[in-house]
Amino acid sequence: MLIEQYLPIAILLAIAIVLSLIVVFISRIMGPFRPTAKKLSPYESGMTPMGPAVRRFPVKFYLVAVLFILFDVEVIFLLPYSILVQDLGVYGLITVSIFLTVLTIGFIYEWKKGALEWE
Amino acid sequence: MVTLEFYLIVAAILFSIGVYGVLARRNAVAILMSVELMLNAVNLNLVAFWRFLAPTELNGFVFAVFVFAVAAAEAAVGLALIISIYRNRQTVLAEQINMLKW
Amino acid sequence: MLTFSPVSVSFFIMALFTIGGGLGVVTTRNLVHAALFLVLSLFGIAGLYVLLEAPYLAVIQVLVYVGAISILITITVMVTRRLMGIEETYNRQWPIAAIISGLLGAGLIALVVAQFGALTPVADVPVDNIEQLGRAFVTHQGFLLPFEVASVLLLAAMIGSIVISRDV
Repeated sequence: MLIEQYLPIAILLAIAIVLSLIVVFISRIMGPFRPTAKKLSPYESGMTPMGPAVRRFPVKFYLVAVLFILFDVEVIFLLPYSILVQDLGVYGLITVSIFLTVLTIGFIYEWKKGALEWE
Repeated sequence: MVTLEFYLIVAAILFSIGVYGVLARRNAVAILMSVELMLNAVNLNLVAFWRFLAPTELNGFVFAVFVFAVAAAEAAVGLALIISIYRNRQTVLAEQINMLKW
Repeated sequence: MLTFSPVSVSFFIMALFTIGGGLGVVTTRNLVHAALFLVLSLFGIAGLYVLLEAPYLAVIQVLVYVGAISILITITVMVTRRLMGIEETYNRQWPIAAIISGLLGAGLIALVVAQFGALTPVADVPVDNIEQLGRAFVTHQGFLLPFEVASVLLLAAMIGSIVISRDV
């Protein structure tokens, strides 16, 4: 088992977890906590806050995220191929081109539909 | 040495947690999250069986990769449906989405 | 049987992440917290893939699930968030659901222990595993047709989610 190769990642993970816990809890323990109504209200540059601070999120973000996820999945299919580009030659190039063409159709559709426009 | 059954037990527990979430949660987004948990449990099963029973063949491995693709497509369309329902009915609670019921 | 080794220790840590995160997903009231628990659980699965000697799948898991699907879920939570009012987390049938899923889990574990007790790997993973995968994806001796069909699936998902979620 090649688990020893992952030792640096494990150390990194442990440091990250421990450090973030320390940072969170040190400020919780050491910092003074004397809340007043003014301190707890949302900060709006000195104005009295009006309405809830939580707003609805535009759906545009969702469309961009969908594009991201689908091209992300495309990467997982193309990554193994990219190791052997030279080896597979024209045949591999053609099959991968078909794959990419189909996805590009979707990309063009989305572009023409204006899903990427931010007005 | 961690034997096959331990991976399968983890996958079984995760799957049951997902089933509980799907049956008990009210919010449609939470239900979809539970479905993702179940998909992951199944994928863990696939990879564990591949590793322990047929590591020299590619079938189980490729199957897992395709499950990833299908899961991404499912999440994209499923969440789009939830957003669409939210816009039309202003709710994402599963028991209020009952227009098909008679 | 289980012996004390780096592999078994990391297995238990990752299994703890996975199952603890899963429990967090189904029990947390706040959906953003549930999404973060989902990330924890999926990350644990990635760790288990590493222990199963499938580092490529671990990378995919982090890239697709932890990086993309959880972002998508978080955005959906933010888009569909109720502006005020606390809602109940569970529906009326949750005790039945708990019983059913508990029985299912117990049954599955019993089945697994009876069928696959203490199995060790039959062989090592080939070193050129990823090269084989790349060849299998793009040649007709391998999985060429599923590979091309996957692109059609992604196209359908892309167009479908745009049409469904766009402003009309």
